[in-house]
Amino acid sequence: MKVDEIIKGSDLPVKEFDGIIIGGGGAGMRASLQLAESGLNTAVISKVFPTRSHTVSAQGGITCAIASDDPEDDWRWHMFDTVKGSDYIGDQDAIEYMCQEGPKAIFELEHMGMPFSRTDEGRIYQRPFGGQSKDYGKGGQASRTCAAADRTGHSLLHTLYQANLKAGTNFLNEWFAIDLVLNANNVVVGVIAFEIESGEIFYVKSKATVLATGGAGRIYASTTNALINSGDGIGMALRAGFPVQDIEMWQFHPTGIYGAGTLVTEGCRGEGGYLINKDGERFMERYAPNAKDLASRDVVARSMALEIIEGRGWGPDSDHIKLRLDHLGPGVVHKRLPGITELSKTFAGVDPAVEPIPVVPTCHYMMGGIPTNVHGQVISTKSGKDSIVEGLYAAGEVACVSVHGGNRLGGNSLLDLVVFGRAAGIFIEDTIKQGVDLMEASDSDIDKALSRLNKLNQSKEGYQAHKIKKAMQDNMQMNFGVFRRGDLMENGIKELEQAREQIENLYLEDKSATFNTSRIEAFEAQNLFEVAEATAITANERKESRGAHARDDYPDRDDEEWLKHSIYFSEDKSVSKREVNFKPKQVQAFQPIERTY
Amino acid sequence: MSAAIPLEEIKLVKLSIYRFDPNQDKKPYMQSIEIEVPANKDLMVLDALHLAKEIEPSLSFRRSCREGVCGSDGMNINGKNGLACITPLSEVVKKDKLTLRPMPGLPVIRDLIVDMKQFFDQLEKVQPYLITKSAAPEIERSQTPEEREELDGLYECILCGCCSTSCPSFWWNPDKFLGPAALLQSWRFIADSRDEATEERLDDLEDAFSLYRCHGIMNCVSVCPKGLNPTEAISNIRNKLLTRKN
Repeated sequence: MKVDEIIKGSDLPVKEFDGIIIGGGGAGMRASLQLAESGLNTAVISKVFPTRSHTVSAQGGITCAIASDDPEDDWRWHMFDTVKGSDYIGDQDAIEYMCQEGPKAIFELEHMGMPFSRTDEGRIYQRPFGGQSKDYGKGGQASRTCAAADRTGHSLLHTLYQANLKAGTNFLNEWFAIDLVLNANNVVVGVIAFEIESGEIFYVKSKATVLATGGAGRIYASTTNALINSGDGIGMALRAGFPVQDIEMWQFHPTGIYGAGTLVTEGCRGEGGYLINKDGERFMERYAPNAKDLASRDVVARSMALEIIEGRGWGPDSDHIKLRLDHLGPGVVHKRLPGITELSKTFAGVDPAVEPIPVVPTCHYMMGGIPTNVHGQVISTKSGKDSIVEGLYAAGEVACVSVHGGNRLGGNSLLDLVVFGRAAGIFIEDTIKQGVDLMEASDSDIDKALSRLNKLNQSKEGYQAHKIKKAMQDNMQMNFGVFRRGDLMENGIKELEQAREQIENLYLEDKSATFNTSRIEAFEAQNLFEVAEATAITANERKESRGAHARDDYPDRDDEEWLKHSIYFSEDKSVSKREVNFKPKQVQAFQPIERTY
Repeated sequence: MSAAIPLEEIKLVKLSIYRFDPNQDKKPYMQSIEIEVPANKDLMVLDALHLAKEIEPSLSFRRSCREGVCGSDGMNINGKNGLACITPLSEVVKKDKLTLRPMPGLPVIRDLIVDMKQFFDQLEKVQPYLITKSAAPEIERSQTPEEREELDGLYECILCGCCSTSCPSFWWNPDKFLGPAALLQSWRFIADSRDEATEERLDDLEDAFSLYRCHGIMNCVSVCPKGLNPTEAISNIRNKLLTRKN
């Protein structure tokens, strides 16, 4: 990497592929597997070695009606639960596709070797998870979440990596993607990326570019997310002029370990664990008389926050809740939840078979993202009209297809990423096989995608990325958390407006070429900032309470005004509305009703 | 928490960190960076590295999940390999000092970052994926809980490299001896009731180096941050080869 002069698009070496996938997590590697197996020249660009991706941290399972626990189970029941869980702004065509295609995707994973836990009948073990019911909510709790102990994400990610090795996927491991290359016809024609080890920069050119960069939980001070979850794909899409959808919808997982933020799976409550306040009361019985601790995550997180606000939290500052598992006996705890046992001992100093785990609602998942259709094609929208962005796809947490709407059900993220990673792969394979030419980009198109890199490399003074990031995370935590209020959000937005100039003028002190992690952290901070600002502005615009978006000043759901997706463009910081899909192909649409658990 | 020393005593910790940037350093050196650890708070070694990076922004290390499941931050902590993110300072800081070096036995790219190519090349040699020949059923392949239990202690490997880079046999022959991590994966698939390539897998291991260079030193077992036992996996493969001969 030359840092003493401006890097020009015309000087860059080019690498060409049929399809590139940015991100080596579950969605990315499911898409790449599909493409590589079809014989297309496919590359995965991943800023970390693929098995270090955040999918590895998923614990409890992957929800899908494979009819192992209950032979009568039906994907339509799973669809009903998911629509209800989304607080009715999940797109029903997409949810239908996910729930129906799901079993195929799960059996494929098993055939690849995924080490699922098993039942005595030799089938895949399924456990109860929040918000899952039988018979459209009328048949009680369902056990529908397929599990590999409490290491389901780890098992899934490693299995996909193994399958990609077998299929001969090209891995550009430890490569960092900076920005999309967009040509004059607004077609995405690849990405600017650099090899982290050498610092060498490339234009990676492709017929199809898939964003599978995962979430951005690091916009909050307290999160279950890996340090690498910096919303790189969201940043790239917004800067290229594409919108994000429902980005104000952030899931706070009920059980992050108090202090550390590390995740404790909902599977703990699925296996019979429950939450207690400082009086030892199982308080969820008051908030959700039927589902209790297995109500949907937004409901449980809010109930916990209320217990804390009302002074019934644990500890000298009454600031956390406890999760009881000891009554299950060491057999269940150590056999079904071995990973949780390890994490609790390491990060909370307790053995959950003996003592309850201190927990607190913690930022966990980005329901919003880049809008796509069920084929993973990115959608842009102007004055109520959707259009397809040529050459660009998104899948997994970075995408908003949307199957999670205002609130994701536990176990549905892993299903989302395999089903839609696979769907994008299938669609791209078909498209390319029908004949797509590699589109050209001009030198100035490439220069544009290089501008952030050049500015950073040329910086002689400016702001420190980690400081701006820290202030942003505290701001988001304070003003855009479990409960939201207009005046506080406006303060938060003002703070972000003031920081905008700073994030665009970072000072990179270390300009070296070899494995320079400071350079990466600067880019990541800029990406996070895009996500934070989009979240803040959109959250303030959605004047209702729905799913994970709970406003003190607008406590009710407003279906008249807001049974809609929000759409945000960063160019003019505008928020508009987009219709929710109520047209599933095989079943009648589920109409919004009051949501109780 | 199993604190070796009371937490309130930790305030200033002197980190001695291996530094090397090939673009500007002729040879590696140890840099001393003093960090302030908040009183009454136990930090992980990874948190200490983040504090050090605020002081010395050019310091480079890998990290991702910060909870011991992704395997990014394997390093040599006071002479023993481990994961920075799940090693509490209270367990390793001695006399307010802590020494951090890259994992031994692999080329250093920069600072605490090693080139893992050799490690992954060896992994790929064992064909670390399920191989089946029979047609797959419509649903999942059947496996009993007992058959599945055979994979416990094997599938949990996070590919951090702590074991192989603490193994003298791997240091001497990193291109010929597969190393504990790859061999654990090899056994993971041999032990899988669904895999249909046991014979080929065993054939591939039957030379003087791939497997038999393991001398049972067991460093791999003592450093594995996930509590896995590669030595046992290796001896299981040996037994399988022996029974096959007989």
